Formats: sequence, structure tokens, C-alpha cells
Amino acid sequence: MIGQMMSARTINFTLNGEAVSTAIEPHRNLVELLQRFDLFGARESCGQGLCGCCTVLVDDKAVSGCLYFAVWVDGKSVATVEHLDADGSLSHVQQAFIERGAFQCGFCTPGFVLMAHQLLKENPDPSEDDIRHYFSGNLCRCAAYPEIIEAVQRAAKAVTT
Amino acid sequence: MNQVGRDMPRLEVRAKVTGRAEYTHNLRLPGMLYGKVFRATVPHGRIHSIDTQAARQLPGVHRVVTGEDIRKLIPEPYYGPAFHDQPILALDKVRYVGEPVAVVLASDPHVAEQAVQLIAAEYDELPAVYDELAAMHPDTLVHDVLRPAGTFADLKHLQGRKGTNVALDYHLRRGDVDKAFAAADRVIEHTFKTQQCLHLPFEPHVAIAEPGDDRLTIHTSNQTPSFVRIEIARLFGWPENRVRVKVPYLGGGYGAKVYVKLEALVSALAMLVRRPVKIALTMEEQFYMITKHPTTFRIKSGVDKDGRVVARACEVYWNGGAYADIGPRVAQKSGFTAAGPYDIDNVSIDSYALYTNRTPAGALRGFGVPQLVWAYESHTDLIARELGVDPVEFRRKNLLRDGRPQASGTVLQDAAIAEVLDALAARVGWKKPFDRGSGTLRRGRGIAIGFKASISPTTSIAIVNVSADGSVYLYKSTVDMGQGSDTAFAQIVGEVLDVKAEDVRVVAPDTDITPYDMGTLGSRSLFHMGTAVRLAAEDARGKLRALATEAGLPEGTNYPPAEIFKKRYGMQAGNVVGTASYVPSYKSPDPQTGLSDNVTPFWMVGGAAAEVEVDTETGHVRILRLINAADCGKPINPGVARTQLSGAAIMQLGFTMSEAMHLDGGQVTNASLADYKIPGIGDIPPMENELVAAEQHSGPFGAKGLGESGTFGVSPAIANAIHDAIGVRITELPITAEAVLRALRAKDGRPLDDE
Repeated sequence: MIGQMMSARTINFTLNGEAVSTAIEPHRNLVELLQRFDLFGARESCGQGLCGCCTVLVDDKAVSGCLYFAVWVDGKSVATVEHLDADGSLSHVQQAFIERGAFQCGFCTPGFVLMAHQLLKENPDPSEDDIRHYFSGNLCRCAAYPEIIEAVQRAAKAVTT
Repeated sequence: MNQVGRDMPRLEVRAKVTGRAEYTHNLRLPGMLYGKVFRATVPHGRIHSIDTQAARQLPGVHRVVTGEDIRKLIPEPYYGPAFHDQPILALDKVRYVGEPVAVVLASDPHVAEQAVQLIAAEYDELPAVYDELAAMHPDTLVHDVLRPAGTFADLKHLQGRKGTNVALDYHLRRGDVDKAFAAADRVIEHTFKTQQCLHLPFEPHVAIAEPGDDRLTIHTSNQTPSFVRIEIARLFGWPENRVRVKVPYLGGGYGAKVYVKLEALVSALAMLVRRPVKIALTMEEQFYMITKHPTTFRIKSGVDKDGRVVARACEVYWNGGAYADIGPRVAQKSGFTAAGPYDIDNVSIDSYALYTNRTPAGALRGFGVPQLVWAYESHTDLIARELGVDPVEFRRKNLLRDGRPQASGTVLQDAAIAEVLDALAARVGWKKPFDRGSGTLRRGRGIAIGFKASISPTTSIAIVNVSADGSVYLYKSTVDMGQGSDTAFAQIVGEVLDVKAEDVRVVAPDTDITPYDMGTLGSRSLFHMGTAVRLAAEDARGKLRALATEAGLPEGTNYPPAEIFKKRYGMQAGNVVGTASYVPSYKSPDPQTGLSDNVTPFWMVGGAAAEVEVDTETGHVRILRLINAADCGKPINPGVARTQLSGAAIMQLGFTMSEAMHLDGGQVTNASLADYKIPGIGDIPPMENELVAAEQHSGPFGAKGLGESGTFGVSPAIANAIHDAIGVRITELPITAEAVLRALRAKDGRPLDDE
């Protein structure tokens, strides 16, 4: 077990639009991999894929970084919350979260923001029910849920108008 | 432009939505070791042996440390805010399942985690006590001897006391309850219970200690940096200035991160190995750190013919777990208000903080008050029903109003209790008929209000620094854990100095730089520190005026600060530093009667109204409406205030409907988010939140604290609504569907079998 822990393998992937390569042991998860690149927006919290704090997009699909082995991103494209404002300006979702005050401590916020982007891509005009259903995998202990629902609706409006 | 009262976004919003906000969670230091904790597997036992050999031999393990190793470094390695009862690592005895017994240090946390599995400990098991009432009997003793910290003068007499699990008992006697009960038209008595639940911040407890030459820097996710500095310095026998505590943003706190949690452990480890040490708990491990007190509350009221409560006797038992933490303070401070916001001439309160063999309990968003409101507002509703009077009218009749003394003897001032009750009744449409459901779906409404004494005695110090270009810094040790304190303070400084709040640089807590503050707890920051901040800004404003005079500028003119500095120093140079401290006045309760005419600098008031639908076939409760109202004085930032109110209510909704730590033989059997159910987005009922227009005349710009007020009324409002719907009373939290179904079936004479 310990021996297996130690043997790293090289993986190549795209990280926030840039081709990168690193050697990593197979037991490490995606959150740990991202930390090596000084990306801290995805955070391991519950460690069970329930809270969504570790949300990362792999080939444009949201995964729980705490349950996703780092080596699985080999050959794939990884996007973290940090890619959203790469050009220096906030995304419409981030803007809406600010305008609606849709967070308190902010620890879970990157997960909600990434999921909101994915939701609005699939469904540009979600109902409140759609939003509640879609965010069943994201928890917020400060319970800014009412504000999050409003923020997603506001972001949807910003896209459609 | 007015800064106070402005709905501005919080200062740190950009950092938070981009994932770049700084948390201790993210921090790594060169040469850092990760510690993983080996924990007790028995609830109570003498440590017979700890075998660390296999762990030490695992490749990659730097060191394995036990309590005895720490005792060599720190001869008296016990800490705690009220009692010095908690060993940094278990010594001689373990007192709860999950208590830290040893730590493995390694550069790779996975290696440390593996090595923890290789440690074996043997214990001579002792009988354990889990229940607060059972703990009143001294047949099973959690501690051989009590060790009060000495911080609190009124605990000193407990020094060396033996043969008891009672860490603190607080007694209040007002009027003559026995006589009043004897004369009362009716005497009504109930018992209510609350469960063990916990904070679960999503940034689990994390701390890093970084050793220097005879000094330590501690980076920690903690709500009380000044206390940590003092307590760690005490443990090492150092002056305060050899310990530096730095706190960035917190990924949630809610009372979990007050006083010393991991800081003593990482500090001792770092001094032993002379390298930075980080310990980051997992979500599971948080179940073994700090929780909310389970309670039993026996409450008895005497009512006269006119429906006035003439006497109330309260017995509250606080299940504090294995170490006192701040539990004794919870038992006393909340004891002041255990009889509720009612004008009652004869009151007795007996409040007991007890040791048991559970994870320790401390402060959780309300400092005990939500447990009390659960009992007294359920009880008050039951009395009204028994008397056949409207529960809101019954409350109005008995309500404590400004100018009247509360049970402790302290006169109520600027406490909008009646206004909060009125707001709730109006919003829910209390007098209006509503759809009561039919068949197996029944609807009902309930209302509940509560109040809380704030913290005193306590000290807050702030520094406002105006730079030569007129830009402003604020130094304070208040921790912004999401409640928006940085922003509110910036608004206060901006208002006084006539600058935009966004342009005030609020410096994060760093005890080498930021001055003393007792802690970010008990909704005290906005009032206590807010007052210090306001006074410091006013001090700076006065000094700027003096500087203008010194520079020969005509008095009464409004020169921009940059011009004053330039005129005085000939170039862009200099500073003006304003300082202030705020210490509210306080009178210790009389040791005999528990009375004091000055227990708090302000009162917090909150309440809730609920409309529910109960499925009588399943016991499932659907909340159709939840209305929250609170008195926050004049809000500094109404948007942030409303979010606090709403967030607190939803958190309490979790403690009401689903959250409970389950214990089996002392073992927590649901220590994960998979098995311990917190509210998700789908659990949020239609909600309305109202900040009741009020003013705290002694508060900064009329404001007062709010972080806890939203928790007060939620649980009893829902239980009262369930009673209204189906005529069944739930007396124990949480109100699960099973609990409701059991109560229904018992009422129908068809009780369900016990598990």
C-alpha cells in the first residue's frame, strides 16, 4: 500500500487553457494536483463529494475534485474557478453573486459559481425549481441559498438580455 | 455620501467569487510537516499503553508525539478559557471517543494518515456518563479535580473541588417563587430537551505553527486571535510578544473557532520538531472537536386568574462533554435570560454546566440562547393553549417592555421585543383565517420570540491610521468569517472621516500589528468593536484638526487631509493615528441571588413565525412559510444584515429539523455530511426576513449585533405550528418525521415500538 503510494506517473493535461505536465502519485486527488499549481479555488471540505466546495470542470463537466483521482485528468482539459476572470474581468455569474450578496464566508462560493455557469449553459432560463434541483450537490453552511437562487436568476437574465 | 446605512457589497467580494480569498486552509510553508491525529476509541479510560513503534518505522514519518512528549516541553499542558482542563494530547486518561492521543508528523499528509493506522493504544476502561441528568450524580467522574482557569474571578472558588461533574452552577433568585406558586391560579410544568449538534464550518479547523528563535507565529482559522496569543504564551511561560497570531478570512466559524482549538497542539509540535507544523481536520474530525450543548430544561410557571405569569422556575442542565471549553460561561450568561422575555416578578433559575464523556460543547450561534428559547417559547405556547387564550395575545400581555427590569434585575433598554412580535404577527397574518388543510395534510401556525444579553465585561481596541495622502487604514483583531465585519467597520470609519468605505484598508488580524480584541463571538463585534472603531476614527479626526492648526491653517475650514499633511511636513509625509478602546460597564451578579442591575450593554431580540403542513400518515413536516424578524438597531449595512438574519435562521432550521449527532456506546455513528444532514438548497422554505426598525442609542450610529438573533425563534415557532396543526407537542429536538409520527401515534393510543 505504502509502496504503491510513492510511485508517481507523468500526466499531461490542459489547465485553464494552458498545456501542462507533472508527475503525480496515483492516490492523490484532483484538489491536491491543483494545489501544486497554486490554485486554491477548489477546496476539499466534506471529502465525500457532497458539499461541492471542490468542484472542478474536467472536459467541461463538473466533477468533485476530492473524489477524482489526479491521474484521471491525463489527456483532458481542466478548468477551475480561476479561469473565469483570466482576462481580468468577472464573469456575469460572479458579478451576479456580488450584486446579490450570495455568500458569506466564501468557502463554498467557487463551487456554486462554476455550477451556475454549467447550469446556464445547459438551461439559459432556469426556473427556481431547476436551480434548486441543479444545486443539490452544493452545500453552503452560511446558508446564503436564497441569495444564490436570486444571483443565478439574475445571471440568467444578464445572458438572455 | 453617507457610508453608514449604505447597502454596499462586502469589501472582499471579488476575492471570494474568484476563489482567491486567503484562508489558512490554503497556506503551506517551506519545510512544513503535516500532523495527523490518533484518537481515543473508548469514551473513558486510563491510558495503559500507546504503541507507536510501527508508526515511527513507516518510511516518511518524521516523528510520533504523545501527551508525555508534550509534558516534557510544557510541564502543565492544560488549556481552556474557563477551566485549564484540556490536555494538549491526552494524559493519563481519555474522556471521550475521538480525543487526541498522539500525532504523527510527516511531510506528506497521506504518510502521516497511514502511520496513524499503525498506532495501537490500550486503555483500562472506566464507566462513562453521557447524559446531563445522570452526570448530576457523582458516581462516574469525568475529572478527578476541577481546574478553573483563574481568568474569571467568579470561578475561583471551584479550584480543587473534587467529587463532582458540575463545572459551574448559576442560581438566580428574584422575588419569592415558592410563595408565588402557592398563590397562583395554575401551575404548569414541562421538560424540553435539545440534541448534540455542531457547527461544521466548511473550512474545517486548521492551524499552522511556525517556530522562530524563541518565538512562534501561528496561522490559524480562529475567531479569537488575541486570546490564542495570551493562552499560548501562558502555556510556554512567555511574554505575549513572543507569540504572533495571524488570521486571514475564515471559511465559517459560528462559534466553533473560539478560544484555543488546534493552536496549542500545533504550537507544541512545532517547538518539539523546530519546523512548521500544520494540522487540518477532516470534516469527520470536526465531530471530535467542539459541539453544541445538549440540554434538559425543566420549566414551571405559575399563572394568575388574569392570565399573567406570576412565577417561573427554570432548571437548565448543560451537557458540556469532556472539557469545559466556554460551557460554564454559556450556563451563566444564558442563565440570565432563561425565563424568557416576559415581565415576571418571581423567578428562580438554576443552571448547571456538566462534564460528560462526549465531545466537548461550547458556543454555537446564540451562546445557549437557542436551547433556552426552544424551551420557554414551547412552554409559553402550551400555557396559552391550556388557558384557551391566543398565544400572541398571551405573550403581549406578559411581555417585558423597555424600562422594566428583566429577571436578573437589569432594566431593559432599546430592546424591540414588542415590535419584533408585532412584525411577526403582522407578516404571518396571525388574526386572519388560513387554509388549515384537510384529510391527512394538516396546517398550523406558530410564533416564538427570544432575547439575549450580550457580552460583558470585555475589551475591544481599534487603531485608525490616516496616511499622508488621506488614505485610511483600520487595525482591529475582529475576524471576518463571512458576517461582514470588515465592511461594517469600513463604513463606520468612512462615515466619521468622510471617505468612501471602499477606500478604507481593513488590516487582517495579526497580533503583532492589530490591537487586542476579546474575540469575534456573541454578536459582539458590531457593537463593541464598532464602538471602538468609531471612537478611534473620531480620535483621528480630532488629531487631523489639531495638525491643521499646527500647520497654521485657519480653524473651521475643511481642508482635505492630504493638504494638511503637505502643509505641516512640506511634502507627502507623516501619519495621524487615532486609537480608542471600548469596555462596557458591568456588574457581576450577586453570588447569593445571581442578580445584577447591569449584565449587558445591549439586548438582542429575534423571533420567527412559521406555517407548516404535517402529513399525519408519515409525520413529515413541510414548512410553508418561515418569517424571521430581529431588532438590529439601525443597520450599518442592511443587505449584509438581512443575509445574517436569513443565514442564522436556516442554520437553526437544520438544528430544528434534522441535525443530530448520534452516539452508540460513546461512539459518534454519523460523523460525516453523508449521515449528518445539514440544510441544502432544496430544504429552504419560502422565507421572509424583516429588520425591525429600531435604534440602539448606545451603539455605533444606532446599530447593534445581529449574528445570532435569527436563530432564536425558529425551533419553537415550528413546534408551536405543528401543535397548532395536529394537536401534538414535540418536546425534543430535532423534529424528524419519525418523532412527529411517534408523537401522533402515541396520542392516538397506538404507540410505535421503540427502536
